[in-house]
Amino acid sequence: MNVEFSDISFENRRRTPQELTEIATEIRRDIMKMLVLAKSGHSGGPLGSSDIFAALYMGGVMRHHKNDPHWEGRDRFVLSAGHMCPVQYATMANAGFFPKQELSTLRKYNTRLQGHPGRDMGLPGIETSSGSLGQGISIAVGMAMSDKLLDKSDRRVFSLTGDGELQEGSVWEAAMSAAHFGLDNFCWIIDNNDCQIDGRIREVMNVYPIDKKCEAFGFETIVIDGHNFDEIMGAFDKFIENNKNGIGKPTAIVAKTYMGRGVSFMEDNFKWHGNPPNEQQAEQALGELA
Amino acid sequence: MEEYTLLGSKPTRHGFGEALVVLGERNENVVVLGGDITGSVMTSLFKEKFPERFFSIGIAEQNATTIAAGLALSGKVPFFASYGAFCALRNADQIRISCCYNEANVKIGGGHAGISVGPDGATHQVLEEVAYLRTLPHMTMLVPCDYLEAKKATIAMGEMVGPAYIRFGRSPVPLYTTDATPFEIGKAHVLREGNDVALIACGALVWECLLAAQELAKKGIQARVINNPSIKPFDVETTVTAARECGAIVTAEEHQVHGGLGGAVAEVIAKNAPVPIEFVGVKDSFGGSGDPDELMIKFGLTWKEIYASALKAIERRDKGSVGFRRVKDVERYIG
Ligand SMILES: Cc1ncc(C[n+]2csc(CCOP(=O)(O)OP(=O)(O)O)c2C)c(N)n1
Ligand SMILES: [Mg+2]
Repeated sequence: MNVEFSDISFENRRRTPQELTEIATEIRRDIMKMLVLAKSGHSGGPLGSSDIFAALYMGGVMRHHKNDPHWEGRDRFVLSAGHMCPVQYATMANAGFFPKQELSTLRKYNTRLQGHPGRDMGLPGIETSSGSLGQGISIAVGMAMSDKLLDKSDRRVFSLTGDGELQEGSVWEAAMSAAHFGLDNFCWIIDNNDCQIDGRIREVMNVYPIDKKCEAFGFETIVIDGHNFDEIMGAFDKFIENNKNGIGKPTAIVAKTYMGRGVSFMEDNFKWHGNPPNEQQAEQALGELA
Repeated sequence: MEEYTLLGSKPTRHGFGEALVVLGERNENVVVLGGDITGSVMTSLFKEKFPERFFSIGIAEQNATTIAAGLALSGKVPFFASYGAFCALRNADQIRISCCYNEANVKIGGGHAGISVGPDGATHQVLEEVAYLRTLPHMTMLVPCDYLEAKKATIAMGEMVGPAYIRFGRSPVPLYTTDATPFEIGKAHVLREGNDVALIACGALVWECLLAAQELAKKGIQARVINNPSIKPFDVETTVTAARECGAIVTAEEHQVHGGLGGAVAEVIAKNAPVPIEFVGVKDSFGGSGDPDELMIKFGLTWKEIYASALKAIERRDKGSVGFRRVKDVERYIG
């Protein structure tokens, strides 16, 4: 299969839902291309969270400089669900952090695009290594403590976890401490696709009700349709407003999503958690994502 | 190859999964805990056969390990399996205190061990757990070399009493042991006789040692190949005898060179029969993405490194004016 990556990139600014939809489609196309070339990797979670990523990186939510990824004033993003990294790589390439052609190296020997993010490989914009579930969110809390309590800066920290990932007890230790330290500069995004490797969340180990747990742990909690840009942007706006007002509480966004969103045969099917499309499936997926 | 012929290739995880079903049939107290990757670590076979004795704990390795201790202290024989990265190290304290200090009869299966996991990369390629687990009092730690040995080892650990851990891999590896090949916890096994150098290995590297021995034989060097699946309890006698009779040792493992099988051999040899040792393994680095075979080559885990290390160990032995000599050299020297 002949796979080519376009060389478009998108600047980071406030955008209409229509624009964000187009960007998210481009991210999803790149994810399918990367995975068919890699012949292994995770399709479901990345496709399901592409809309959130488009908004974060190219909808003017996070402050970052693509040409200066270590810029002091940047907001930081920690992918706690490390296996979802194809969406982060595709998003960052579309946001101009590195040439899109490099997406073709996913999961290959010596690549900067490791199967799970490896900070030591030096990909611009990767703040932490991750892949062992339930650790990234604590790292994000540490960063938010540093920004707010020590540096007294206005930087913000975002972290995305899966919903299966919520089964790791350490996630709730992180949540407890984020509220304890009043980290209103911390935004926890939960990708609630109701799928994990072995099946539906409540069958493997029930974590519901997620929103009530977040509230009880002291989070300002917002439940949204994770594929609706009005709701996505509304939630991020609310977080930023909370932070500016110094409400002294962290924000949790429970995003209801579908695993494999945008590709009919993958949608809402946990069997696609960790598989790549084969060539024929990739052709079909790219056809649907036009 | 003289004694051992290649019978095929199969992942060791299959041996683990199939053995759990055998154990479930033999003993109704055997129960299995899942950590959301039951297909990859093959506990799904047990789940299908004995659904009432299977419990899904979710992605919560620390909880699963400690729940297993509670089940064990209630007379059950719980097996918990996940990727080794998450069920040997994430839950390290739970293993140490709740399982080992309690002498609880908990069995842990750690899959996706070593860099042959491939494209998932460093986070999933556990290379340190042998070093940790073999230091724990009461622990039994096994690293089988092929599918059939994994099956035998799992059954053996299910039928002994006390905390035990078995390490297995994701990718297919050569299958060459048979029903007749001995397996016993605490015993290493000589696969090939020879007195010029001893190649001691566990896991997938045992086959590579057999290949290296074949190449060394072409140079007139007869290597003794020892499969040591029982990291703890450790077979001191077979190891010391090899040191005395060969006078040079190479260890090989899909693990950090520090603290694993090589470390165990070095401790025993330093105390009982100091001879030159060379260590083949991952040299103090993390793994990375890539194809399994490609990674084994890049990280220096093939017969070629074992071969080169054997020549080096022999050279160190032969030109060493100090240190230990083989029994036969000493005899020649004295005589
Ligand atoms: C500590 C740890 N345990 C197990 C795994 C293996 N694992 C990778 S992804 C995954 C499922 C995660 O579920 P979820 O967070 O819902 O992500 P989704 O399947 O929706 O992408 C598991 C069990 C891991 N990476 N880390
Ligand atoms: Mg999920």
